[in-house]
Amino acid sequence: MAIFDEELKALKEKVLKLGSMVEAAIRDSVNSLVERNSDLASGVIEKDHQINALEVGIDEECVRLIALRQPMARDLRFLTIAMKITTDLEQMGDLAVNIAERAIELNEEPLLKPYKNIPKMAEITQKMVRDSLDAFVRGCSTLPYEVIKRDDEVDDLTVKNFNELVALMIQDPKIVTVAVKRTYVAKYLERIADHATNIAEMVIYMYKGKIIRHVESPEEA
Amino acid sequence: MVENKHIFEIKDFSIYYGNFMAVKKVNLNIEAHKITAIIGPSGCGKSTLLRSLNRMNDLITSSWVDGQVLFKGIDIYQKDTDVIELRKRVGMVFQKPNPFPSSVYENVAYGPQLRGIKKKSQLDEIVENALMRADLWKEVRDKLHESGLSLSGGQMQRLCISRSLAQEPEVLLFDEPTSALDPISTANIENLLQELQKTVTIVIVTHNMQQAARVSDYTAFMYLGEMVEFGETDKLFVNPQNKLTEEYITGRFG
Repeated sequence: MAIFDEELKALKEKVLKLGSMVEAAIRDSVNSLVERNSDLASGVIEKDHQINALEVGIDEECVRLIALRQPMARDLRFLTIAMKITTDLEQMGDLAVNIAERAIELNEEPLLKPYKNIPKMAEITQKMVRDSLDAFVRGCSTLPYEVIKRDDEVDDLTVKNFNELVALMIQDPKIVTVAVKRTYVAKYLERIADHATNIAEMVIYMYKGKIIRHVESPEEA
Repeated sequence: MVENKHIFEIKDFSIYYGNFMAVKKVNLNIEAHKITAIIGPSGCGKSTLLRSLNRMNDLITSSWVDGQVLFKGIDIYQKDTDVIELRKRVGMVFQKPNPFPSSVYENVAYGPQLRGIKKKSQLDEIVENALMRADLWKEVRDKLHESGLSLSGGQMQRLCISRSLAQEPEVLLFDEPTSALDPISTANIENLLQELQKTVTIVIVTHNMQQAARVSDYTAFMYLGEMVEFGETDKLFVNPQNKLTEEYITGRFG
């Protein structure tokens, strides 16, 4: 069984590696926008296939271990959750690509106004991703609950960003194309935060054996 | 009066071999028409506990018990218990198929004959019915008078199940019933258990955790004579509450 423990450890490291690749994609995509650096954005788009390949590899490894080791209890929860976490991470990677694509388009246009909401959202979101994965590795403390709470901050900033841009669009309809693209970027970040929340919820399930998705107050679970 | 859904109620029940306490103050309820699996490492007392449910341990002279085993509300360890009658109502199937060295027909008809049934047509009906219930009839209908020992391992085990069923038991106890069988015969027996559950209550001791997970409604985990955890099978295997159970079922024991 020591071999199985080694295999689980290796799998955990792969999930973490995927997590750090996704985190970098989010950071670079937002920086490419804020710093108006389209080369950085192209890099994010080019590297997405590495994230996809690792996701497929992790999925295959999970199926292999379920078939060969017939895991029970916490091992079973770990493997099924690893598969789901991986899907969330891969989708975050796709959203980072979407941000990079909008960045390339927006970098072609004059700057509407300095980016304030988006870097703030990116900062919170990246921390949510990092904390949810930390919780996945180190165990379920208060960390996943904090991640779930912080999702509200990202949601609020999405609305704030949207309202500010709508106000500008009303004043000057010529900026609509650029402004709408900026609302997209915020929406992508908001979706990334949702995926991080999913991971946090699944980590709680993995360690506590309780499903807290779709309940009003996760602290009670 | 509402009928008690627990056919067996085991209360503060201990079993000793001389001075050795093999089963320690176990409390366990067995629900009627369900399959209850008892799992645990070798020597944990699971077979001893199983055998106590129809007093098979009486055959071991040094063994004695403390506490109660209620079968339909009546303590089977009372002095006036008719043990033969008890074993008719609570049958047992063992690890190694052990047909009598006689024909398929006689293996199944033997019990009813002992009960005094002599009419050929009635015995024929009982034999056919018991073999059908054990899903063996189609395979042996043309060789009813051949030796039971000429059958394959899986068939012999189903013959032993037929032999028990001919006694119209209310409970069947299985002690590692498939550990001597190949995977296909094992699957046949497992399917059969689920079918039999409609008419009898089943308690099964197994070393094979996947088997317990596949067939049972409830699982009891025993260790060093103690009942460590008992619960619904799907909960126990996905999210056990006790650390020892967790270690045992994930193979990280000791």
